[in-house]
Amino acid sequence: MGTKVRNRKPVERSLRKSLTGIQGLDEITRGGLPAGRPTLVCGSAGCGKTLLSMEFLVRGATEYNEPGVFMAFEETAEELVQNVRSLGFDLDDLVANKRLALDFVQVERSEIEEAGEYDLEGLFVRLGYAIDTIGAKRVVLDTIETLFGGLSNAGVIRAELRRLFRWLKDKGVTAIVTGERGDGTLTRNGLEEYVSDCVILLDHRITEQVSTRRMRIVKYRGSSHGTNEYPFLIDEKGFSVLPITSLGLEHQVSDERISSGIPRLDTMLGGKGYYRGSTVLISGTAGCGKSSLSAHFAQAVCQRGERCLYIAFEESPGQILRNMRSIGIDLEPWVKKGLLRFQSTRATTDGLEVHLAKFHKLIQEFEPRAVIIDPVGTLVQAGALRDARTMLTRLVDFLKARQITAVLTNLTSGRDSAESTDVEISSIVDTWLLLRDIELGGERNRALYVLKSRGMAHSNQIREFLLTEHGIELMEVYVGAEGVLTGSSRLSQEARERAAALSREQQMEARQRERERKREALEARIAAMRKEFEAEDAEAARLVDQDRSREQELGLDREAMGRSRQSDEAGTAERVPEKSNGRADSARV
Amino acid sequence: MKLAGKTGIAKAARKQRVRRQDVGIWELRLYIAGQTPNSITAVTNLKRICEERLPGRYRIDVIDLLLNPQLAKGDQIIAIPTLVRRLPAPMKRIVGNLSKSERAVVGLDLQAR
Repeated sequence: MGTKVRNRKPVERSLRKSLTGIQGLDEITRGGLPAGRPTLVCGSAGCGKTLLSMEFLVRGATEYNEPGVFMAFEETAEELVQNVRSLGFDLDDLVANKRLALDFVQVERSEIEEAGEYDLEGLFVRLGYAIDTIGAKRVVLDTIETLFGGLSNAGVIRAELRRLFRWLKDKGVTAIVTGERGDGTLTRNGLEEYVSDCVILLDHRITEQVSTRRMRIVKYRGSSHGTNEYPFLIDEKGFSVLPITSLGLEHQVSDERISSGIPRLDTMLGGKGYYRGSTVLISGTAGCGKSSLSAHFAQAVCQRGERCLYIAFEESPGQILRNMRSIGIDLEPWVKKGLLRFQSTRATTDGLEVHLAKFHKLIQEFEPRAVIIDPVGTLVQAGALRDARTMLTRLVDFLKARQITAVLTNLTSGRDSAESTDVEISSIVDTWLLLRDIELGGERNRALYVLKSRGMAHSNQIREFLLTEHGIELMEVYVGAEGVLTGSSRLSQEARERAAALSREQQMEARQRERERKREALEARIAAMRKEFEAEDAEAARLVDQDRSREQELGLDREAMGRSRQSDEAGTAERVPEKSNGRADSARV
Repeated sequence: MKLAGKTGIAKAARKQRVRRQDVGIWELRLYIAGQTPNSITAVTNLKRICEERLPGRYRIDVIDLLLNPQLAKGDQIIAIPTLVRRLPAPMKRIVGNLSKSERAVVGLDLQAR
């Protein structure tokens, strides 16, 4: 390592990097800070330079077996120990175990008289001694520019700083040098001229009284890096950079479907409900039932034995529980069972970054399978519109990466188009349910439809949405010649239709009766005619019988006559025709 | 000129601080790092100033930080050479090779004496 620097060889094929261990920073630097080289971290007062560099040392000492030296020019060792204790770092312990060395360098101009030539060899000796004592691999100089205030000969300081950074490289330690942001320059005294391998700029901006911290890698010689401005947080777990792009769109997707809590809505969503890990947006005007729909979902999640986190920006947990009980959803048992947790805060109490950090922390602790944010639009109050959107995008990515189903509600005001959200997040959600009022016949009724739902054949129907004592019910709306009817218009229309149907049925019955009657009449006629025919037929038969007997008698007479005349047997009696089939004939009548 | 480690000096200094008015011994400590030209100049200049202004009432400890690097922290040494006036109080610190003797005299608060 040392030889490499001394020989001034060009950058090796892949630059060796030193992992910082700081969440997110290693991602945007693609593997950490340049190993064995100094990095400049600059920014205005209070932007987190000291904390970043301290965490770099603590992580190095605890996670990467790289002890570190912290040379402080502004804070005493005791102050440092106290200040970072709030981040959970126990410096005393690290110092006792020789994993960390703290050295406070006091540079007070009033105490120093200059008489003749000097150099800063004392600083080198101190630093070298500290490095050698604990075998340090990491060094922080915070904020070395203080020297310019303490000593008057800037020329000497510049020359010595140049020598110091070269010396640090020769020592092969990975160093962070912090510098205060100057007017129009990265640092007040132009440190960036000496430390040019990697420059990280921290920023602390206040927009509308809410602060947001951001980080940017200005330069990273010999390496690619994320070039955006990344928001970062400082909380009790230390420093965390939240790179939007690093979360990316590489999350696993699930084919599992979970119920929305309303069977009829599940039917509308391809019959099975939402996809697990998808993001659902419920938007609508005030009082159209967004929270109720969310509560149904929360109940369904808890009924499956899964944990659900409900982040409310407008109502207290008690209020939500009471209101939901009024529509027959009792969430309290789930809260008691520990499956449902409410987080109620005003959006304006914190900046977006702090909100995001709190959500991260809460989600990591509670490990819910579903998260409800009601409503997301209020976050705009906590920051600018664009920031709110990027914050939500990051939150959604974070949730998706963990396969957590998210339900976001959003209030659309009556003036705006219903098919837009004030945070314009519709493009990042997978399923979008739109609740809207339909004003008709002096009534305001609620209607629901699925605006989009990625990856499923969803219904295109508008459903009327009723809040009843036993939860939400979805009804078919009346769609007919008179348009879409809801509420009592729908009911009266239905009544009218029922009446019409009844009269149609009655008509049909009457017609049926008429037909029956006609048939009976006809059959009666047929019977009468048959009787008449039978009578005639009998008469005819009788006449035939008469004729036959007469004929017979005639035959007998002839026989008798023949016998009397002695004639032969040639002439036989004439054949009598058989009795005809009267029934067949009568049918033809 | 006497090369001295830290041990003994501090204890002695504490004792002497109490009766500095009576004894009036000036306790000076010069930090150097190796025999650099600046260091050599500083030692020579310091001896000359003391002989002129404080004959017989001073004591100089020259501390070479290359030999005793751990001593740099205690007296907040950054620049080399640094002269520390430990006694009389208050502590004074003068950096440089003392070639500007006027400034050294002012810095040590010697002009009135």
